[in-house]
Amino acid sequence: MSNDLSVRNMVKKFDDFTAVDNVTFDVPKGSFFSILGPSGCGKTTLLRMIAGFEEPTSGAIEIRGKDMLGVPPNHRPVNLVFQHLALFPMMNVEENIAFGLKRRGVKGPEIRKQTDTMLERVGLPGFGGKQINQLSGGQKQRVAIARCLVLEPSVLLLDEPLGALDLKLREQMKIELKKLQTKIGTTFIYITHDQSEALVMSDHVAVMNNGQFEQIGTPQELYGKPKTPFVAQFVGDNNQWSGNVTQSNPGEIIIATDDGYSFRTKGDAPCADGCRVNLYLRPEAIRIEPRQTEGLNVFDVQVKSILFDGANSRLLTTTKEEHELIVTLPQTRKFDHIKPGDTISVGWHPESGICFEAEA
Amino acid sequence: MNRSRLAFWIFFAPVIMWLVLLIVLPHLDLLTMSFRGENDYGDPIWTFENYTNFFTEPVYWLTFVRTALYAIITTFITFLLAMPVSFFIAKLARTRAQGALMILLLLPFWVSELVRIYGWMILLRESGVLNFFMLKLGIIDTPIEMLYNDATMIMGLVYTSMLFMVVPLVSVMDSLDDSLIEAAHDLGAGHLTIWRTIIIPHCKPGITSGSIVVFMLALGNYLTPNLMGGKNSLWFTEQIYNQFIASFNWNQGSAFGFLLLLLSSLIIWVGLKLTRQKLGEVAS
Repeated sequence: MSNDLSVRNMVKKFDDFTAVDNVTFDVPKGSFFSILGPSGCGKTTLLRMIAGFEEPTSGAIEIRGKDMLGVPPNHRPVNLVFQHLALFPMMNVEENIAFGLKRRGVKGPEIRKQTDTMLERVGLPGFGGKQINQLSGGQKQRVAIARCLVLEPSVLLLDEPLGALDLKLREQMKIELKKLQTKIGTTFIYITHDQSEALVMSDHVAVMNNGQFEQIGTPQELYGKPKTPFVAQFVGDNNQWSGNVTQSNPGEIIIATDDGYSFRTKGDAPCADGCRVNLYLRPEAIRIEPRQTEGLNVFDVQVKSILFDGANSRLLTTTKEEHELIVTLPQTRKFDHIKPGDTISVGWHPESGICFEAEA
Repeated sequence: MNRSRLAFWIFFAPVIMWLVLLIVLPHLDLLTMSFRGENDYGDPIWTFENYTNFFTEPVYWLTFVRTALYAIITTFITFLLAMPVSFFIAKLARTRAQGALMILLLLPFWVSELVRIYGWMILLRESGVLNFFMLKLGIIDTPIEMLYNDATMIMGLVYTSMLFMVVPLVSVMDSLDDSLIEAAHDLGAGHLTIWRTIIIPHCKPGITSGSIVVFMLALGNYLTPNLMGGKNSLWFTEQIYNQFIASFNWNQGSAFGFLLLLLSSLIIWVGLKLTRQKLGEVAS
């Protein structure tokens, strides 16, 4: 399978500040690739270099096997959907979509045909004559995407385009974007700080921090097998303990946490006895009042409050050492009897713990 | 009357007084004067003669056409020069430099127009600074008279008007989102196309208001054409001046004044129609 985009050892420095630090990755043809990271991690700079608005300090960008260094943005086969969409307010919807085609010298009737087809594809048939300020947020979104897709770019870049939408619409657009990408088959590179956007839509996600890629993988890999503590904390929620390794067996280690618990967990990290580790545990890995306690790490916690959020409900609990834990509360009516202040027993399987050696 | 109404009138009164006493009343007086004349016996009568004179005497209306044409050319040149200058100030210069650049632009206006024009004359006249250096450097053998021609006059007018075009342009360009320019670039537009399709359409209100001000200032200017223009490059304001001061024909002079007002308004109206704009939109 060929790659639509490959980036090699890309570095971008602004004076002393290194915004993008030696990033290398490939995006296979037709895939949905996300770059996930907190604000200021360099992801927008990376995207702007792919689009051609910034020149990398060093490194190489290839799009479909062609070197892109020194090629201005208007001659690159990539298009960018801007964070605030940047639709041209002085033109109507049709003129916005036709803008790129006109620049390519496509003839009038052909432009009309293509814009109409594109409007239909994004679910806005007959909207051509509307002014930009007559559109709703979601419609603007689709026009911005249509304006790029009509040029049939090798790669479509999206810079947090859902950021400005309200929550409900964002959820809808997530699914729509994914459907659209599957339908059209264009390679999407999507930038976001919202992990749920990245996880829901992408085939592959790169987690970026301080200008570097921490991990590239499928959403499942990132969530289930984070390679670095940053990924473990940034992707999904996690409970955290610090402690020392007391015993390490092949595939399993025993940790004594600082607040006095002894946990068994799988130990992929090469930890010697006595070294300091951080243990991460997903809220849904903790079972409430497990019937079979054999092989689990079991202890008691006190319920502080119930964070009800439909299917996403959680319990905020503390151990008797005041260590806060978030525990998923399945909405099966089985646990309806739990009230704030109750003491319940919880347990987790050694397989679900994730351990990293703590940085000195 | 309640208190807020009273306050409104108190603050509004000076404006009304200013408008009525200093603008409306004198103009009404001029208007009646422009329709007055004398019959063969020297008795004062009502007449259209002052207005028909303008159209029957070619020297009058030709001067006007010349003035209007040059004012339009001045406006256009000012626009062409102000566009890149404003773009630099609004988009390329750093925030701190912006203020300094605007002050540099304003600085010449601390000095009166008369002094500025004399400054140009010192530079450009036959025995002036420019000629001195060109002779020294051996570029020319005999000094060139650079004053008293139409090109120099237009240059002077452009120089005087520059600020009034740059200020509105900078403010509209400030409101142009940079990502629009980048988006156009990304969609395949080159620099010229970006100017034509994005920047100029966005700046239209600023261009129009700047152009109106510059056109009116150039058309109504007296000093620059008088001092820098040649002997046979008569400006319409000089015609008005001549009627009032030289010929002492106040009736003819006020008729010319009103014709200048009407015709310049007409030109602006045509300009707005041609670019499909409304005055209200420009002012807002």
